[in-house]
Amino acid sequence: MKYTLLFVIMLFVSLRGNSQDLESILEQESSDTTHLVFATFNGTRLLNGHSVETRKEGILEFMISHRFGRVNSGFDQLFGLDESNIRFGFEYAFADKLTIALGRSSFEKTFDTYAKYRLAQQKTGKNPFPLSITLFGSATAETIKDYLPENKPSFSERITYTGQVLLAHKMNPNLSLQVMPTFVHFNTVPFDNDPHDMFALGIGTRIKISKRVSLNGEYYYNINPFESVDVKNSLALGIDIETGGHIFQLVFTNAVSMIEKGFISETTGGFFNGDIHFGFNISRAFQIKKTK
Amino acid sequence: MKGFYFIVFGTLLMHNISAQDKYLTKEGFVSFFSHSIVEDIKADNNQVLSIVDTSTGKIAIQLLMRSFIFEKALMREHFNENYVESYKFPKATFSGEIKNFADLDETNTVAEIVGTLTVHGKQKEISSMVTVIIADNNITLTGDFMVEVADFDIKIPAIVANNIAKTIKVSFELHHEPYN
Repeated sequence: MKYTLLFVIMLFVSLRGNSQDLESILEQESSDTTHLVFATFNGTRLLNGHSVETRKEGILEFMISHRFGRVNSGFDQLFGLDESNIRFGFEYAFADKLTIALGRSSFEKTFDTYAKYRLAQQKTGKNPFPLSITLFGSATAETIKDYLPENKPSFSERITYTGQVLLAHKMNPNLSLQVMPTFVHFNTVPFDNDPHDMFALGIGTRIKISKRVSLNGEYYYNINPFESVDVKNSLALGIDIETGGHIFQLVFTNAVSMIEKGFISETTGGFFNGDIHFGFNISRAFQIKKTK
Repeated sequence: MKGFYFIVFGTLLMHNISAQDKYLTKEGFVSFFSHSIVEDIKADNNQVLSIVDTSTGKIAIQLLMRSFIFEKALMREHFNENYVESYKFPKATFSGEIKNFADLDETNTVAEIVGTLTVHGKQKEISSMVTVIIADNNITLTGDFMVEVADFDIKIPAIVANNIAKTIKVSFELHHEPYN
């Protein structure tokens, strides 16, 4: 009797080991993985400024951005459509984590170059990490000839630098948030008592309303603006439409400039006074180098 | 007392034998291929989990949709975000059986595999032929089959309808090794 009982127990133990179904073995074997959270934002731009996203290695992105004049400029200016500012840029991903770009804006005839490096990516699973972190650095040079012949500025006097840390968290598939501590250094300022070093804090969000369409918002609070100029904080609201390889963004903003130092530090339009520029960003990504 | 040892030894042996009936891989290969007049799309996944129970011929396969690698990086993002919605349905699974598994040997290597394929949260019964190579210490399964995109409730917008085939070819190659 004792042996029979023992046999039944041992058989049960043995059978249990055997009957553990195949699916649960696979679950157990696959449980120790970590997943990267990607597509926090559709594109490399939130609206005016950058998102944490970088392109994958070998992708050349051609970007055309456009801002019309102020909507409240009246019928004579066709509500801003007569005036147009354009930036085009070539942005190449040398690695999944590193993009280097060259751009040129018609506004103040500015050339810009930036480097963007993806430091960390949000993760879920076994070793989770809550944030995607991207570092951004740019240098811009104004080449507009709005000076008196005897006051010709040197090249270095036309340069401005911007540094940003982009921190983003994808709450769920439809909601992403981003915070952008920003530092801008002007080699030349409008008046002597204006700060050369400026700090700003940006916040942004993406709310997906369908698989391919999202509403985006972006706001930069300028902590120590120029004193000689009535600088406003920049606000942008827009719609993002992704159509496979193309990203089309419709933008409503009080900023004219499409580069960091411009829209963060030199925006003068009041959004709620109607100084709104309508515009768009169009991006086309080309895979120059295959991933394998 | 002899009886006691016999039972303990006997059941332990039984346990051992049954444990060796299972063959597992964590680095199985599954790829899919879509041919259309506009473009060919191919994606590979080298991290497929598969387990075979040789005592019953039962098989279970599991893979992460996110682990598919495409030739163009953006395709991977669109695949996950827009088509298979891998944030909602991270895995594809197959659960089924290799028929007449016991009859397979060095000369008779082709069998029918039947079971349930789950992709994008939708289930579909499939059957296909599979080549089974049983060597000393491993079991290799290779084969391919066709699936209809529409069976899995994956919506392709009209604008890219010509870029993606309605029927996708899935190929697999799984080298199983003894489990435990």
